[in-house]
Amino acid sequence: MENRNIVIIGGGPAGLAAAMGAYDAGERDILILEREPKLGGILNQCIHNGFGLHTFKEELTGPEYANRFIKEVKARNIEYKLGTTVISFDENKVVTAVNDKDGLIKIQAKAVILCCGCRERPRGGINIAGCRSAGIFSAGTAQKLVNMEGLMPGKEIVILGSGDIGLIMARRMTFEGAKVKAVVELMPYSSGLNRNIVQCLNDFDIPLMFSYTVVDIKGEGRVSSVVIAEVDERLNPKMETAQEIPCDTLLLSVGLIPENELAKQAGINLSTITSGAEVNDRMMTSIEGVFECGNVLHVHDLVDFVSEESVLAGKCAASYVKNGFTTNGSTKIDTFGGVRYCVPQFVEHNDDYTPFPLKMRVANVFKNIWIKVYADGVEVAKKRKQISTPGEMETINLKKEQVEMLRNAKEIKVGIEEVNK
Amino acid sequence: MELICICCPLGCRVSIEKTADGFNVSGNTCPRGKDYAISELTAPVRMVTSSVPVTGSMDKTVSLKTDKPIAKELIFKSLETLKGVVAKAPVKEGEVIVANVLGTDVNFVATREIEAI
Repeated sequence: MENRNIVIIGGGPAGLAAAMGAYDAGERDILILEREPKLGGILNQCIHNGFGLHTFKEELTGPEYANRFIKEVKARNIEYKLGTTVISFDENKVVTAVNDKDGLIKIQAKAVILCCGCRERPRGGINIAGCRSAGIFSAGTAQKLVNMEGLMPGKEIVILGSGDIGLIMARRMTFEGAKVKAVVELMPYSSGLNRNIVQCLNDFDIPLMFSYTVVDIKGEGRVSSVVIAEVDERLNPKMETAQEIPCDTLLLSVGLIPENELAKQAGINLSTITSGAEVNDRMMTSIEGVFECGNVLHVHDLVDFVSEESVLAGKCAASYVKNGFTTNGSTKIDTFGGVRYCVPQFVEHNDDYTPFPLKMRVANVFKNIWIKVYADGVEVAKKRKQISTPGEMETINLKKEQVEMLRNAKEIKVGIEEVNK
Repeated sequence: MELICICCPLGCRVSIEKTADGFNVSGNTCPRGKDYAISELTAPVRMVTSSVPVTGSMDKTVSLKTDKPIAKELIFKSLETLKGVVAKAPVKEGEVIVANVLGTDVNFVATREIEAI
């Protein structure tokens, strides 16, 4: 069995940045395992622009953003294995992987960083009734077909879900000559970015229908139409509003699910809200020495934030390999007033005052609010927001002295308060 | 007039009014928002990204972008210039695939490195 200090599972944006973070913190024995034939992960198929404004102060396409990080990883001579699928890893940090060169590989790691990203929620995940015709794709699958394989999934398209991938694909299909008849959104708001609604839908007069859903799919062999209907405030379809839209393709952009099969196998505690691991402020999961970052931990809006988070996870893993980990217990961060979750979930009791961010999502649209952090009833940090929506991740970057206040608190709360209260 | 700025993921709501000596822009949180709003009212532009087939590589396509924004009304015409274009591996990131699109100074450049077999 091979021995490694740090094994990183996944060579997408999270894995690449985690490797850099670990290397730059002094660690040299790092191995990235990637199942695709190239590094970069999902960025390779995201050929649209808009990546990297935060990190590089310029607007890059997905492949360009990935390449910046790939070059950095190669410049550091960080080792990676492509076409390598991790099939299991256990609580003792033994990673089992396979590829066509080495066959079965077993690696004893001192630290493991899970950077496995997400899968798309499929049709079965939302139980749409109707025919099982050809022509039903997840938006990301369609994106891969068009952008990587040069194949068109269809000509007349209806898109369910207004997440960013759905919006981006509405434009992409239009560019390739398809007619996007409607983007249908169950909620009264979009979980995608406003800029994408403007430049992907409005620019091309593609209708966006809020509070609507697909109630039936028709078509023998190939999709011939979908039936959509308005939903009431409890999200139940009002069948009297049903209308049939002829089309040959239905794209689903109905959410991402963190790919935590390996984490589950190893017995890592997962959050029922994020579907990612529960981590402490050092990005460490419930198994000591196993870290998680990027979209496998919780779904991010921007890859820039994935990179940032993953550099931190890499640093924490390097520090763990070097110094181990001491704690006198931990406090779970509670949320209130409409904050749906906060990552990290736990703050350790020790005297490490390195700054870390609190990242959260709200459950609804809130206007004119404070997001506040309390430790044992004392206000530690706050952030004013004119508007906060579920589609936007909120971040509070804690300073050293604020971290110090949280470190040994018995009760930590993060939540929303109205201004004027 | 109310606009949503598309320069970055923030998506600021920008107000713009025509005045005697130009435009009055508010609501933007950075200078790019002002430039965007004025350009939207005078000569709107967009970045265009697409992909074309590539031969001589394990990759089947090479992704492209306009190296600068192109007039909004030229989006579809610019995409038509890509019809029938096939790139040949190897391709370097930034390599010009279609030069001077529709007689403008805009080029379609590769956004991906393509290795030859």
